[in-house]
Amino acid sequence: MSPRSSDWWYDEAAGPLVRPYALVSGRTRPTWGRLNLATQVRSIRTSTETGSLSVEHLEIIKLCRKPLSVAEVAAYLHAPLVVAKVLLSDLIQRGDVITSDPSRMATAPDLNLLQKVLDGVRAI
Amino acid sequence: MVSVQSDRLDSGQPREELLVPSSVKIVVAGGFGVGKTTMVGAVSEITPLRTEELLTEAGTQIDDLAGVEGKNTTTVALDFGRITINPEVVLYLFGTPGQDRFWFMWDELSYGAIGAVVLVDTRRLDGGFGAIDFFERRGIPFVVAVNCFEGGHSYSEDEVRHALDVGDNVPLVLCDARDRESCKTVLARVIEHAMSKLDHAVA
Repeated sequence: MSPRSSDWWYDEAAGPLVRPYALVSGRTRPTWGRLNLATQVRSIRTSTETGSLSVEHLEIIKLCRKPLSVAEVAAYLHAPLVVAKVLLSDLIQRGDVITSDPSRMATAPDLNLLQKVLDGVRAI
Repeated sequence: MVSVQSDRLDSGQPREELLVPSSVKIVVAGGFGVGKTTMVGAVSEITPLRTEELLTEAGTQIDDLAGVEGKNTTTVALDFGRITINPEVVLYLFGTPGQDRFWFMWDELSYGAIGAVVLVDTRRLDGGFGAIDFFERRGIPFVVAVNCFEGGHSYSEDEVRHALDVGDNVPLVLCDARDRESCKTVLARVIEHAMSKLDHAVA
């Protein structure tokens, strides 16, 4: 244990941090690395074996029956982003959750998409 | 890994079950207390959500931690809203963390973004400098939106441009961050500006 480990599980603003990290067994890096804040995720209808999943995994599957962004999943779970990303990447690898095509995120939006967004913003 | 592209959806097809929309982002930046979350809330279809990123030793390769010695974990709060454009496209508005030491978050926030709003308050224009510099360096299209607080200033556009050192190539709009129509105009300017830059790039 490092000398600073007593601080490790506590943050002044957030309070005890034990629970978020316990949720992901201490993992701080998603196994599926292409999740951005705005990446859309959605659970698929076909249920796989869920016995090995945590309550939080199941909660995410439920939340994502409608498409949501990674940031929304984190907010609704009341979990830090990194925790949501780790849990989501578990589910993506199992095939329970699918994502929007990551290559789209990597390229700047094209004119056609921008026009749709512009029309959409004006229409709200 | 299964990935379903939205363009596979033909209208009326039962594949909608598997439709995963594309998302686009606009970043709302500016100094602390300038009204970023107010602006997000004015146009968002949901009450702005807050999510937190924990900065722990796993992420401390960032130099910005200098000055917060002795604290191994810290929380960066992000407020955001959403506008569903259509079943295939969702627009997210992300407010940047107010504190300068969280610059590293801006990279993820800006990644793939359409563009940005730099919201400024004429009483504290210096709060916008960092954001303007950030988006200029990365070539991200941005507009400067002057949040006109009641009982505040009345400076001309030229005066604000001069004070902020932004040229005519950067759109500048006066707005009221509490007003939905006003914020819609600001977002429209960001998108139009991004489109014009794209047009120039193609031409």
